[in-house]
Amino acid sequence: MAGRVEPLGTLAELRAELAAGTSSVAQVERALARTEARADLRAFVRLRGEAALEEARAADVRRGAGESRSPLDGMPIAIKDNMVQAGEPAGCASRILEGYCSPYGATAIERLEAAGAVVVGRTNMDEFAMGSSTEHSVHGPTQNPWRSGCSPGGSSGGSAAAVAAGLVPVALGSDTGGSIRQPASFTGVVGMKPTYGRVSRYGLVAFASSLDQIGPFARTAAECAEVLDAMSGHDPRDSTSLPEPPTRCVEALCGDVAGLRIGLPRECFAEEGADAAVLERVRAVAAEFERAGAKLAEVSLPHTPHAVAAYYLICTAEASSNLARFDGVRYGHRAEGAKGLTDLYERSRSEGFGDEVKRRILLGTYVLSSGYYDAYYRKAQQVRTLLRRDFEAAFESCDVLLTPTTPETAFRIGERSGDPVQMYLSDVYTVSANLAGLPAASFPVGQVDGLPVGAQLLGAPLEDAAVLRGVDAWQQRTDFHLARPEDPA
Amino acid sequence: MSQLGREEALRLARLARLRLEPDEADALAADLRSILALAERLSEVDTDGVPPTSHVIPFATPVRSDDPVPSLAPELAVANAPAAYATAFAVPKVLENEEEG
Repeated sequence: MAGRVEPLGTLAELRAELAAGTSSVAQVERALARTEARADLRAFVRLRGEAALEEARAADVRRGAGESRSPLDGMPIAIKDNMVQAGEPAGCASRILEGYCSPYGATAIERLEAAGAVVVGRTNMDEFAMGSSTEHSVHGPTQNPWRSGCSPGGSSGGSAAAVAAGLVPVALGSDTGGSIRQPASFTGVVGMKPTYGRVSRYGLVAFASSLDQIGPFARTAAECAEVLDAMSGHDPRDSTSLPEPPTRCVEALCGDVAGLRIGLPRECFAEEGADAAVLERVRAVAAEFERAGAKLAEVSLPHTPHAVAAYYLICTAEASSNLARFDGVRYGHRAEGAKGLTDLYERSRSEGFGDEVKRRILLGTYVLSSGYYDAYYRKAQQVRTLLRRDFEAAFESCDVLLTPTTPETAFRIGERSGDPVQMYLSDVYTVSANLAGLPAASFPVGQVDGLPVGAQLLGAPLEDAAVLRGVDAWQQRTDFHLARPEDPA
Repeated sequence: MSQLGREEALRLARLARLRLEPDEADALAADLRSILALAERLSEVDTDGVPPTSHVIPFATPVRSDDPVPSLAPELAVANAPAAYATAFAVPKVLENEEEG
């Protein structure tokens, strides 16, 4: 360990430091030094070092000339290893992309760079974003800053741990079935999955294209709002990006929830399958919102018990198709001494992919194969329609819905890796937002036995601002988001 | 539900261009059986007449103006190739001893 370096503060705190005379170079240096000092977390898989400092120097020059690009100018951020930056490696924590260097950049990141943000490095993840623990990584597991030996969740566990431990104020993740919200919950930070299509997926390595969405991690809803406003909006290079202008979430944060109608889905507070202490915390959050002037109502999402099954059929089907591009021909790992093209494909892929990725490719191949398509894939897409109708009905009488983010707090590394079904079932509260395309955020609401608990707010499609407004109002009234894990002695 | 065993796992692996050792195929077949057991519960849901979701937020097919823009330079496109010949990707011969899977 390279000695103690103090954690970085929020974007607002970093800006106050700049106003008081420090520089972006000093702040980026601190982000790099702190990441080195907390290498034990294995939150990052690559640091940009001198390239990041060079960009920070340019931000300082702009600031000195009164020409800052935006309030994000010079702010250090981290990105997940499945997003590409021109001229930089991108690995998806997989052996199959070892040595890959991207010839182009992701729209979301380019927009943040245009606002002046400085990408300090790439964060660890489950291989190709398939997992809920950040254990399935060629770089080894990320540690939870709250308790070594515990998982930070996944698949964006590196980004979550980086924000929780104060290595950076903001990090990007991707969320296909909860991969931003579950790690946010496990590490005590805010994590937001925007409405499907809000943020361009161009340059995000595809896992399940109808579910994937890029979103921010930060300590506060206000910071998530700032980042989302800067990177959202239509992108002609992603035909699934919505024909909408960028979000205007920052201006929607009024700190007020008077009259906000919050629905509590009955199925998400059922006792079975969830830790009683977690449910109790989330019920207490509902009561706190009510005291602040919100109106609570019980609602029903009757197809919730089928969401996990529908999700795993759809996401694996899409993954089996998306991951066909990794063939050892155009980029990535190629097996040595292959005899013929089929042999080259099979050996390159078998050597390059890890176990969880193979498992999902096989399942996806099965559900799309002749004779099973109707029974599994088509059925799952029909159930998805029913789930969307459940939400449409609930949002007729509610502005947002409140649920737990996860059934339990962080589990120990290795504890779940032998039982994929058990791991999948823990996604019960998060997959529905992806299946229905809804905006949803997890935010810290306290602890159980020293580990963070998260609650989730979901909004109707395009109501990203309503979700962040609710979380912001909660954070204005409470100080759970101020709790920080301690560095090891 | 089908009894998914080693042979079926190996067949799926061939379709997906993966190669599995026999014990690996056994383990994956067992995993797939338990995941499919979970998926079987969907058969309880009445989906008669329910259209499958094709896009979560329906909107009209996007069109943009037909303006030519530069595409990726061929040299950059092959820069990551494990083997390249000029601006082409090099692969083993495909016309001899190649079985179709």
